[in-house]
Amino acid sequence: MLAESPSPTHGFPGRLFVFEGLDGSGKSTQAALLGKWLQARGYRVFFTEWNSSELTAATIRRGKKKNLLTPTTFSLLHATDFADRFERKILPPLRAGYVVVCDRYAYTAFVRDAARGCDPMWVRNIYSFAPRPDQVFYFRVPVAVTLKRKIASRLKINYYEAGMDLGLSDDLHESYERFQTRLKQEYERIARTDGFTVIDSSRSVETIQTELRGYVTPVLENFPTGETLMHDG
Amino acid sequence: MTDRTYGVRLPGLTEESLGGKLIVIEGADGSGRTTEVALLREWLEVEGHAVVDTGLRRSTLVAEEIDRAKQGHTLGATTMALLYAVDFADQLENKIVPALAAGATVLADRYIYTLMARAVVRGASREWARRLYGFALRPDLIVFLEARPEILLHRAIAKYGSLDYWESGMDLSLSRDLFESFFAYQERMSKEFAWVGAEYGFHRVDANRHPAQVDEDVRALVAPLYATGGRARASPRGRPAVTPPRTRAASG
Repeated sequence: MLAESPSPTHGFPGRLFVFEGLDGSGKSTQAALLGKWLQARGYRVFFTEWNSSELTAATIRRGKKKNLLTPTTFSLLHATDFADRFERKILPPLRAGYVVVCDRYAYTAFVRDAARGCDPMWVRNIYSFAPRPDQVFYFRVPVAVTLKRKIASRLKINYYEAGMDLGLSDDLHESYERFQTRLKQEYERIARTDGFTVIDSSRSVETIQTELRGYVTPVLENFPTGETLMHDG
Repeated sequence: MTDRTYGVRLPGLTEESLGGKLIVIEGADGSGRTTEVALLREWLEVEGHAVVDTGLRRSTLVAEEIDRAKQGHTLGATTMALLYAVDFADQLENKIVPALAAGATVLADRYIYTLMARAVVRGASREWARRLYGFALRPDLIVFLEARPEILLHRAIAKYGSLDYWESGMDLSLSRDLFESFFAYQERMSKEFAWVGAEYGFHRVDANRHPAQVDEDVRALVAPLYATGGRARASPRGRPAVTPPRTRAASG
């Protein structure tokens, strides 16, 4: 056994940290930095991102490109993708005693699917195979800020990301803003019900990272370090 | 809008939309399902009903992915169960619902029940499977073709010359011997079908007999659905009890 004691929340020897928030909330940057720091401190770290499974990536791409997806198939396809990643990539390191850092987790699905009109309890049931993380960091950010970042980065806003399938508005930017607002409302709601640690993302990268390290340290008290390093991808 | 489905609202499904009939034929491989679907279709069309076929692994969205995954044998049980759910949902929304809305009869060669039984045999909880498929439409009739494992075995060998890897549950590692695994797997499936059947109201038909005899029994179950003024057995509130338009299907 690598770990002295299993996690009190999910019972596996490893530890599970999850980063959630809107696109452009800065969570990915922070998750990557935290992973680096943990590795540097000698922990066995496994880092994984949403939507990186090869199985359904092509289907999701194709479905999105042709706008073939309905709220139900969109939800189930992402659940399939997550399950594949969970069964093959997240669960083994968790059982082997790694510190697993997830840039998005089942909560992303709860939020997106609810915003698309799926029954929230139905979605929760589908993802009930995914254990509760040791800690979920929710990056709180105003929608207007994410839109500004999006425009500044010159990344094209895609159809589903803007929730165009919901017919909220014919204008891409307006639809994006309305859809992201729905996502934010849902995030704020489950942040309370699911006990997220809320991170104010309006501060500097360094300030936020220091705060995160402060949160993680007690969770990893007495948690063994090791030599092996892994990275998803 | 949850009375049309098994308790979960299907986003986009509207109240006035569905008129046709949904008839499900369930049963293991070798139970004579496909033969019965063909016979029933023929009869219904001669009677003047438009018929649309549906089955598992036929969606445009993920049918190929499932075939590929089955060849690779690499997917976890939860992933495989969800991939089948995508396939089902895609067909439900893009084929079954539009066909019912057009007043057609949809003949489903297997439905969510096989998928649930398979998932549970592979370790999912019954509750998880039941809730996962809560968005499925309630059929007007579910026929379960029940055949003894020995019959299934002989039909499989007669048809394919061998036993299928998946229908023998080889992925479950019940036995390294295909023959033994087949019986162990069919027994487990049969146990799950018993539970699913009780929960969802299967009409069991003895499928150990000649196809013509089976067909006769199935027709006796189907006919009342079309009786003038008759109400479908599993029909929820609000479904019109009128016969769908008497047009012949354009194809098939």
